[in-house]
Amino acid sequence: MTSRFNNIFRVCSIEFRNIMRDHGVVLFVFFVPLLYPLLYAFIYTNETVRDVPVAVVNDSGSALSRQFVRMLDATPEVRVVASCTDVAEAEHLNRLGEIYAFVVIPADFDRTLDQGRQAVIGVYADMAGMLYYKSALLAATNVSLALNKELKVERFYTGATPRQEAIATQPVDYDYVALYNPQSGFASFLMPAVMMLIIQQTLMLGIGMVGGGIRERFNGRALPPMRAFGNPLAVTFGKTIVYFAIYIIIAAYMFTVVNYLFGLPARGRFVTYIAFIVPYILACIFMGITFSSFLYRREDCIVLFVFMSVPLLFISGISWPGAAIPRFWQWVGMLFPSTYAVNGYVRINSMGASLGQVAHEFTALWIQTGAYLLLAILFYHLAIRRNSLRR
Amino acid sequence: MKRKNVFARLWTLWMRELYFFSHRPLMLVVMFIAPILLLIFFLSLMGAGLPTDLPAGIVDEDDTSTTRTLVRTLDAMENTDLRHRYHSFSEARDAMQRGEIYAFFHIPEGTTEQALGQRRPKIGFYTNESYFIAGSLLMRDMRTAAEMIGMGVSRQTFLAKGMTDDAAMAAVRPIVIEAHPLGNPVLDYSVYLSNIIVPGCILLLVLIFTPYTIGLEWKRGKQRRVYNDLAGGSSTVFLAGKLIPQALLFSLMMLLCDVVFYKYLHFPCRGGLGMMFLIGVLCILAAQSFGVFVYGLLQGNMRFSMCVCSLWGIVSFSISGLSFPTMAMDPILQAAAWLFPLRHYYLLYVNQALHGYPLLYAWPSVVALLCFLLLPVLTLPLYRHAFRHARYKP
Repeated sequence: MTSRFNNIFRVCSIEFRNIMRDHGVVLFVFFVPLLYPLLYAFIYTNETVRDVPVAVVNDSGSALSRQFVRMLDATPEVRVVASCTDVAEAEHLNRLGEIYAFVVIPADFDRTLDQGRQAVIGVYADMAGMLYYKSALLAATNVSLALNKELKVERFYTGATPRQEAIATQPVDYDYVALYNPQSGFASFLMPAVMMLIIQQTLMLGIGMVGGGIRERFNGRALPPMRAFGNPLAVTFGKTIVYFAIYIIIAAYMFTVVNYLFGLPARGRFVTYIAFIVPYILACIFMGITFSSFLYRREDCIVLFVFMSVPLLFISGISWPGAAIPRFWQWVGMLFPSTYAVNGYVRINSMGASLGQVAHEFTALWIQTGAYLLLAILFYHLAIRRNSLRR
Repeated sequence: MKRKNVFARLWTLWMRELYFFSHRPLMLVVMFIAPILLLIFFLSLMGAGLPTDLPAGIVDEDDTSTTRTLVRTLDAMENTDLRHRYHSFSEARDAMQRGEIYAFFHIPEGTTEQALGQRRPKIGFYTNESYFIAGSLLMRDMRTAAEMIGMGVSRQTFLAKGMTDDAAMAAVRPIVIEAHPLGNPVLDYSVYLSNIIVPGCILLLVLIFTPYTIGLEWKRGKQRRVYNDLAGGSSTVFLAGKLIPQALLFSLMMLLCDVVFYKYLHFPCRGGLGMMFLIGVLCILAAQSFGVFVYGLLQGNMRFSMCVCSLWGIVSFSISGLSFPTMAMDPILQAAAWLFPLRHYYLLYVNQALHGYPLLYAWPSVVALLCFLLLPVLTLPLYRHAFRHARYKP
């Protein structure tokens, strides 16, 4: 029994030494999880686009049209930076990248309104980014709704009390609440997914690179031909302890320091988070071991794993809604712990869900943990048998 | 005589590269399988253009014919699928936390009665903005529906006063906003994302693959033999021999993407397919140059340079501003964005494909990419040193 503990301890210390002596692994296992979240939070820290520069082509020039422009300029979403004489001039500014949208008020704007017809204001937005379009359209719509109310009161309800005006202009009032991310911010939306993906991807890279290093040093053997590496269970546990110890600290750091520093939503309870993250880290470690069985060179895993982060982010359903993901890709997503971790973490962290409310993800992670554990043990079992045959 | 010699050397090196490509499965994966899989993945993922029928819920505590009309209006909207009904607010909120729905509409009891009695009732809608695209799309639909109820009631009043349909509509809503999305009129997300992300992934693969293939010479301990015998003691010949075959194959993949996007799927491409292909090739060469630069700088530390390149490549998706605009970032980051080839690919794509403006308007990006191509020249002396002294670090 003591010798078994000794073996596990030996595996642990050798694995840890292997991590520390490879700069590449150190970079991925320590530097990336600690600093990358900070970099990403820095990129997205402004959360939303404010004051998108727009131009106005005011062919009407009437008092009302000028009021529209003033109100547009006053919105937080856009800023009127230029007044153009015609559309061609506005387009020119758009080409130069000085504006991202322009608003066209027709010459017959007032006449149309006076005739009791609807007047149309055109919003032309650069589709280089969805957010420019969203800001410009939102600002113009809000201004038009406010102006419409004023016009209605002016024309039909002169002399009414404010209460009567309110009822007349908007007989049914409404409230809109953006839950869990009130400013519809980008950091609050993307950071949780990025942090979970970083855990999985760096674990796979770290384990893969250390595993490849052993293969290179011992002529293609997956495990060193040493007595300590004689039991697949002991080897798996020994390695797992090292990575688990590192990543549980990293996970706690992400939840506390990163969330705090950048004011990201953190409505979840720490205990719930830790209970949820345990199967995630385990599943990632065992998956890393399983995947490393296919790799013979250390550097290969960088080539293979890094670019996968991009499709994995989309498959998790955080940016492209999960309900709109084709069935086939949903199945592929089920193979990766990140899919469940991202969804569960977003709900725990941003929405304050309890463990019971993420039961589906929690169970799925434990199932993945079990399945990848069996595969990892099988892989080490075969490796040990091969080692003893060679001896 | 010497010229011929150089070409003969290059030819030998190129043949050697092709031999590697055909004998190492990983290389085939990187240069063929991964780009094609990514292309299929993103196009099938966003094939619908806009996500339709996103699950949303309704809490209709009033349950009158008026509110049921609202529910039907909302359900008929393109993005919303009101399949879930809940009895109370807290039930709906719980469903949202469980991830069943992205948004819900709440109509309190007595809404209809208050509206008829001119007591201005209040309804509410709630979207889950942790899911950005879903939240925004549903917000738009629900807001339209909420506005429409009010307008519907007002319109009835004006009709009752004897106005015609058109006049009543003009009285309710005198000013109408008409949206003209320039370059992507149907707001297709595939147009917006796929044709940047897939080339972006190819550029990421190029970035990682460059130090990988160069480094393999050191890893196999063949660097001196290759340098002295095959490249004739010239780093330039070595790099050209190493990188031109990959550049050709990656360009071929870029061409495949361009053909699929612009010819087969008819994504907007005003500047012409040839122009987009040229931009793609320029970016591939820029990414390779960056890889060469990093490897030279780190003196043959293959793994470390691969790490640097992959981190660089991953950040470029965020900093290029394709989803979150660069103009909204910190000024430091706005300046740093110049150092990422994908940023320039994005700017040139917008200029050429989306708008079809003259290339003159995007000249800074072209110049920036050409500057990238100068990077390897700076590191040539470092390569000379690396060939003589550097060794693979196990």
